[in-house]
Amino acid sequence: MNPDRLIVTASPHIKASDTTPRIMWHVVVSLVPVIVSSAWFFGVSALLVIAAATLGAVITERLIGRPGALRDGSATITGLLLGLSLPSGFPMWMAFLGGAFGIGFGKTVWGGLGQNAFNPALVGRAFLQAAFPVAITTWPKPGASFWTLGGDLFAWPFLRPVSDAVTAATPLGLLKFEKQGTPLTDLILGTTGGSVGETAALVIIAGGIYLALMGCLNWRAPAAIVLTVGVFSGVMHALDATKPDALFMIFSGGLMLGAVYMATDMVTVPVTNLGRWVFGIGVGLLVVIIRVWGGLPEGVMYAILLMNALTPFINSATQPRVFGAPSRTPS
Amino acid sequence: MGEEGGEIQLMASFFGFAHGIHPPEEKDLTRALPIRRMPYPDELVLPLRQHAGKEAKLCVKVGDHVERGDPIGLADGFMSVPIHASAAGTVTAVNWWPHPDGSMALSVHLAVDRYAPQVPRPRLVPRWEGLTVDQVVKAVQEAGVVGLGGAAFPTHVKLVPPKGSTVRTLIINGAECEPYLTSDHRTMVEYPERVHFGCRIMMHTLGVSKAVIGVERNKPDAIAALERTRAPGLDVTILPLTVKYPQGAEKMLIKAVTGVEVPSGKLPVSVGVVVQNVGSLAAIAEVFDTGMPLIERIVTVTGHGLMRPTNLIVPVGTRLRDLLAHCGGVTKDAAEVILGGPMMGMAQANLDAPVIKGTTGVVVLAARETRGESVYPCIHCGRCLEACPVFLNPSLLGDLARVHRYPDMADHQLADCMLCGACSYVCPSNIPLSQLFQAGKAALRRIPPPVKA
Repeated sequence: MNPDRLIVTASPHIKASDTTPRIMWHVVVSLVPVIVSSAWFFGVSALLVIAAATLGAVITERLIGRPGALRDGSATITGLLLGLSLPSGFPMWMAFLGGAFGIGFGKTVWGGLGQNAFNPALVGRAFLQAAFPVAITTWPKPGASFWTLGGDLFAWPFLRPVSDAVTAATPLGLLKFEKQGTPLTDLILGTTGGSVGETAALVIIAGGIYLALMGCLNWRAPAAIVLTVGVFSGVMHALDATKPDALFMIFSGGLMLGAVYMATDMVTVPVTNLGRWVFGIGVGLLVVIIRVWGGLPEGVMYAILLMNALTPFINSATQPRVFGAPSRTPS
Repeated sequence: MGEEGGEIQLMASFFGFAHGIHPPEEKDLTRALPIRRMPYPDELVLPLRQHAGKEAKLCVKVGDHVERGDPIGLADGFMSVPIHASAAGTVTAVNWWPHPDGSMALSVHLAVDRYAPQVPRPRLVPRWEGLTVDQVVKAVQEAGVVGLGGAAFPTHVKLVPPKGSTVRTLIINGAECEPYLTSDHRTMVEYPERVHFGCRIMMHTLGVSKAVIGVERNKPDAIAALERTRAPGLDVTILPLTVKYPQGAEKMLIKAVTGVEVPSGKLPVSVGVVVQNVGSLAAIAEVFDTGMPLIERIVTVTGHGLMRPTNLIVPVGTRLRDLLAHCGGVTKDAAEVILGGPMMGMAQANLDAPVIKGTTGVVVLAARETRGESVYPCIHCGRCLEACPVFLNPSLLGDLARVHRYPDMADHQLADCMLCGACSYVCPSNIPLSQLFQAGKAALRRIPPPVKA
């Protein structure tokens, strides 16, 4: 051996085999069943929406992101999650724009992976919600034939879409505006109106369990969200029976997708375990407040974005006590 | 006594330190191999700085002939120990030579006598029972005994607790939590009487009535050997510990054994505990058994990049090149040579550096085991927080180090970091956290602390 060719690095000299790209691609893999179920319920148009959002995210990352940043898979996750949170039949150019905005304004301008304060997929969706409020609340009915191209998929950019889709209100919309409930089995199985990837709670939970087993998901924030929403809305329901009950709140809307995939985005949620509980409880409270008293039927997106803003404060308030230190160290 | 042991065991299972990591042990390479003696190489290189504290004062000159065990450097004050010739030979040079820590150190080169019997000069073996504390301390210092767990802190200093402090418990570190290393393991299996004998002398000198030997559960044969040779009339508990890194770190071990946290910035003696490594005890035993100073040590030479992994008694001063050659040389894909374990050891740039008193092992890593070069941004996954045994926030500290905010790092308790490397090990982004913290600590030593108004 030529001694001049020895590797000399600081300790430690060995490393666990997990890498950041591997974590990200695990998340992508766990999303595959969710994508498949979205195609099952909403047909090929769901796939088209997801593909458009993902392309928007990936192309933007390639154009203005750091060189080689695509390989870590995080832009793909952003695009997929954005696509999954859109209605089927959503104009593809809008979905593409949302993906591009999410990556551009939600991530790249902050400095790329690991630097952004807000979940990029939700930044993209918030932009779409603000820019295209009608399109993003037009929910085609699930269960049409697979090849039916829903709504305004191919609408030209900036032209007035001519919507002739048969729309179906979401369970939350039905409840809020028409005081009408939805059977729990429909909610759990996903046979309701809604965004393409949000309806099938069971599939999303399965994806979360897979990620947790792979060590890529910290269960505390999702658990805190579900528990808080359950307890808070359960109490509300007990006090006032016109308010929705706990199971309806947990399994409707984007709660499951948000809890499992967006409140576990490592970059934008607190880094301490206690902080993750705090974050989840905050999201849960905000979701119930927005849904029950707010003007919008759904509040998961804003709840998570608002709590994202608090993440640095939660982090510094929940530092664990250092070994051998007298008490919690102020930060 | 038996009940007492049971109680401590119970406490350990309650209080074992939290966090930590589980790197692959890789101890099977050498776990079952008996310790063999390495033949003397042609040349020995003895740095005068082999221990924490002041380096030894040179006491030989070029051309001098020394017998095995003769001093070549003398202790320079109390916080220093002498260095002895590990073999009979002639001093051929005194020069600056690569030191295993990466620096250069003044070193004595010894051409080993090929045909010398290597029998040490006749010496008086002190009988420890009749000695006062000061005499024991002096004998241990003159034998050049240092902590053999890696830090090489002069052992005799630990025999004299600072004024005003009382020592109640002696804890003996047989955890050996570093992957690959089995030198302490084999010491306990093959020389358990020496460990117990060293323990007895240590307890006598410190005036403590209770000792606990902590051994990780992955060494059942070591635990059995220590149980079998347990000295009668001595309150020594052999405590099996959870297998987890860094179980052998002093403060973690104390927490696991006693349930007490050593306060931040304080020494173990502040909670009435002194910790010694099993190897150091065996070395003390040697001093009061044969009178031999510390001139050789048990080294695990191992790794997937080495042809014949072995546990060896190696003369201090053997150059790595000779040592690796004795073990069949390295494989084609050998990439990194580490003195110590792979978690806290020093990677070597120059194989002319010698084995010194603190060298617990030599690990040759194959290319596939090394860390690789791609580093990703921190995604705040929090794995480092769950690994850190002292509950720091390595993620935050790493961010601060990257922008050179060293005083802020100090505010976030950088001083409590012991550079165990658990955070760097788990980091999926391959961020060299431990290295950043090392740099931060070094920078903070240069910057005077800000004046608080």
